[in-house]
Amino acid sequence: MSDDRSSAARDLTARASAAESGSQDVSLAYESGVEVKARSQWAYVRMRFLRHRLAVASLVVLVLIGLVGVFAPQLAPYGYDEQNLDLGIQSPTLEGWHLFGTDQLGRDYLSRVMYGIRTSLWVAFFVAFLSTAIGTTVGALAGYYGGHVDNVLMRLTDLMLTLPGLAVLLTASVFLGSGDPLKIGLILAFLFWTAVARIVRGLFLSLREREFVEAAKAAGASDLRIIVRHMLPNCLGPIIVNTTLVVAAAILVEAALSFLGFGIQPPNAALGKLISDGQGEGFGLWWLVTFPGLLIVLIALCVNFVGDGLRDAFDPTQRRVRA
Amino acid sequence: MLSYVVRRLLYSVVVLVAASFLVFTFVSVSGDPLAQLNVIPNLSEQSRQNVIDSKHLDDPIPVRYGYWVNDAVTNQFGTALQGNRPILPDLWRVMKNTLQLVLVAELLAILVAIGVGVYSARRQYSAFDYTATTFSFLGLATPVFWMALMLQVLVVQVFEHTGYKIFPIASLSSIDPGSGIHFALDRAHHLVLPVLVLMVASVASYSRYIRASMLEVMSSDYLRTARAKGLPERQVTMRHGFRNALIPLVTLVALSFGNLLGGAIVTETVFSLDGMGLYFVNALRANDPYPVMAWLMVTATMIIVFNLVADIAYGYLDPRVRYE
Repeated sequence: MSDDRSSAARDLTARASAAESGSQDVSLAYESGVEVKARSQWAYVRMRFLRHRLAVASLVVLVLIGLVGVFAPQLAPYGYDEQNLDLGIQSPTLEGWHLFGTDQLGRDYLSRVMYGIRTSLWVAFFVAFLSTAIGTTVGALAGYYGGHVDNVLMRLTDLMLTLPGLAVLLTASVFLGSGDPLKIGLILAFLFWTAVARIVRGLFLSLREREFVEAAKAAGASDLRIIVRHMLPNCLGPIIVNTTLVVAAAILVEAALSFLGFGIQPPNAALGKLISDGQGEGFGLWWLVTFPGLLIVLIALCVNFVGDGLRDAFDPTQRRVRA
Repeated sequence: MLSYVVRRLLYSVVVLVAASFLVFTFVSVSGDPLAQLNVIPNLSEQSRQNVIDSKHLDDPIPVRYGYWVNDAVTNQFGTALQGNRPILPDLWRVMKNTLQLVLVAELLAILVAIGVGVYSARRQYSAFDYTATTFSFLGLATPVFWMALMLQVLVVQVFEHTGYKIFPIASLSSIDPGSGIHFALDRAHHLVLPVLVLMVASVASYSRYIRASMLEVMSSDYLRTARAKGLPERQVTMRHGFRNALIPLVTLVALSFGNLLGGAIVTETVFSLDGMGLYFVNALRANDPYPVMAWLMVTATMIIVFNLVADIAYGYLDPRVRYE
């Protein structure tokens, strides 16, 4: 019960600060005369998410991996391309911290994987951010105004759906030239934004018929204000959940691209490229292929679990069927 | 119904034409068909000019698009820059190989997924259900190419330690595959690992869908009616539940099958199988725009056809669906 009390205390401070900033949703709770704990929608989401133990654990792991990526230059025991021919072809060993072994040139794979995480995660989050931004904007405009914007968006989506995604990506990265994480990120984002756009469009189509939008219109709110202040907050749940899906998909697709040699190229490290380098050295050196791949699986798995937890947290009415 | 199909077909043709123009413009503007030729030393100005003439590279893009469409329709998609081979016969050959791979993998995947999905749904929250959920999450988080590589690593390690080759790790046939039943057995032996790899992702996602749709059907009113009139439980789940739960799967499979026919690009590349995917990757590596465009168009056509098949099948299986 101490948990309840502390959350009540938190609510009190939240209420106090909300009262200062003049927020309305909190004060309503008093009108019924019953002592009701006023919690914002976000507090509920946070509570439900924290109850999802697997999702929380995944988030922790993900943050740790992210930190390793961010601080790779400080944490890595060796440089990304640092060769040491005397120490070539070592299977994983504690000696000299070659936990993931070394390749024929004596490059330490633990360090290489750390740098690989840095690039791969950067690309994944860049793609997620950019495609969500584009998709939300286009979807909101299409859903709110309908008409031409909507028509163009839906036809474009039809077009995108007829072409196999990976093939389009490969073609784009070959003919546009690749190797640079930024370019790969842009190409991936271009492929992924339509899904978000369709989701937001669908939500906006139903939201714009709702009374609170009508009320806002009657009160003279501008279109921009209605979209940003009244409608978008109601779409945040699905948008955020979809963003996690994009992160996971982007990690996997970027790895496949880099593995096939059409993605990120040296001197930039990437997990997929590390795997194809390892494959080039023969299957006797199993560790070169195994560890970068394990990291990809771990990241994708954690992102999916976090997404799962977020979906449950945002939409408690949905039954806990994981599909 | 018929007018719906006709309308959908017409719309598909429009989409296909739009897609072809988009693909052609994109590839032609960004790629230089001569880049590969310019690498060849001592290339005579004449043969350079021949290529420019035969591909009409001096004309504006819309005109080139016209020539290209003409080539595609009447002349087997024209020829590839590499080796000057006509494109369509090559595409048919690799498509047959891909079809073998994908058909086997999808059929097995559907069977396994149905078993797993239905059983998980009937024993919801049981140990089996949780295990299946865990594995499908793992399956969806594992990059296909990495799984293929790990299988190869495994086979190689077994070979190095015991001297026994369990499965071939590359190509579709042995150098001397023999004929008749020997050929078939040899092919099957070569396809085991690629099929396994392709199955994992499919089983992971299909079984989730089947489980979800089975759970939904099991809580429906007509199932309660079936029980109430005294049908044995087996008949309730199989005749009334299972058959209806499969309907969404039809759409799902048809949609992903169209995509898969485009070649399991990654799987075929890792196992060096002479299929659509490897053909595409090789064309890209050679920087040859013509087979790339032909491939994209053939794949797009198949995806559109299978989308249509999915829609029609859905309406046939579920009479509640109305076409307008």
